Amino acid sequence: MFLSNIETIPGKTITASHGVVSGSTVRAKHVGRDIMAGLKNIVGGELRGYTELLNESRDQAIERMKAQAQQMGANAIVNVRFSTSSVAVGAAEIYVYGTAVTVA
Amino acid sequence: MEAFAPFFPLLIWVVPLVLGFVFGQFNEKRHYRSIHEREKTWLHLPATASRYPLLQGRIARSELVGGSVVVSVDYFKRAAAGLRSIVGGPVKSYESLLDRAKREAILRLKESCPGAHEIVNLRLETAPLSKNARGGIGAVEVFAFATAIYMVEPGVA
Repeated sequence: MFLSNIETIPGKTITASHGVVSGSTVRAKHVGRDIMAGLKNIVGGELRGYTELLNESRDQAIERMKAQAQQMGANAIVNVRFSTSSVAVGAAEIYVYGTAVTVA
Repeated sequence: MEAFAPFFPLLIWVVPLVLGFVFGQFNEKRHYRSIHEREKTWLHLPATASRYPLLQGRIARSELVGGSVVVSVDYFKRAAAGLRSIVGGPVKSYESLLDRAKREAILRLKESCPGAHEIVNLRLETAPLSKNARGGIGAVEVFAFATAIYMVEPGVA
């Protein structure tokens, strides 16, 4: 599966388009991470637990999008976009979407 | 000792403020040093926001790459920003925080594809985590994503 965030897959030509595919996850952080983050909030700096959490969720969303594209018979997804929104206190939605295409 | 008792609640406010100032400044300086050093080592991998590669020649392959970082603001900076919001104007303490986060995200993106020759269509997204919620974490996530291009034999246009 080829992925890109531009209109084409560089070096390949698109032969068929299958429409929009998307994947999403809603993740909550756990209390332990939150306590550490609360302490970090005094001195500032990176919240590694959160970085990891969001990376894991993003990977999962991408996997879901890829599965959907595979079902359509596509072998690439172009124009991939990401969006993150906090839907509730302590939970965030990661949404990824793109256009499923066949490239040769 | 008893004469100072009324000031004890003040300590709850002053202690994190001092801790935030000392460690926050220290962390920021250290982070900037690391950013400057790593940016120098990645000068050979140009990143552009344009959709087409600057390099010409045959493209071997491409892939979607990303890098992200979640940063939190320290207690002192938050207090400084609170004071700033009374009179308005630029909030310097947050400007440097977001600048560091964005540069760090781009560096992580580059570190995820060491063999690439060019990064095209670089996009940056900033998302607040638990925005302004009472007792919430004042943190932002910066996510950089782009398409990495690998050339068969790199030549400059």
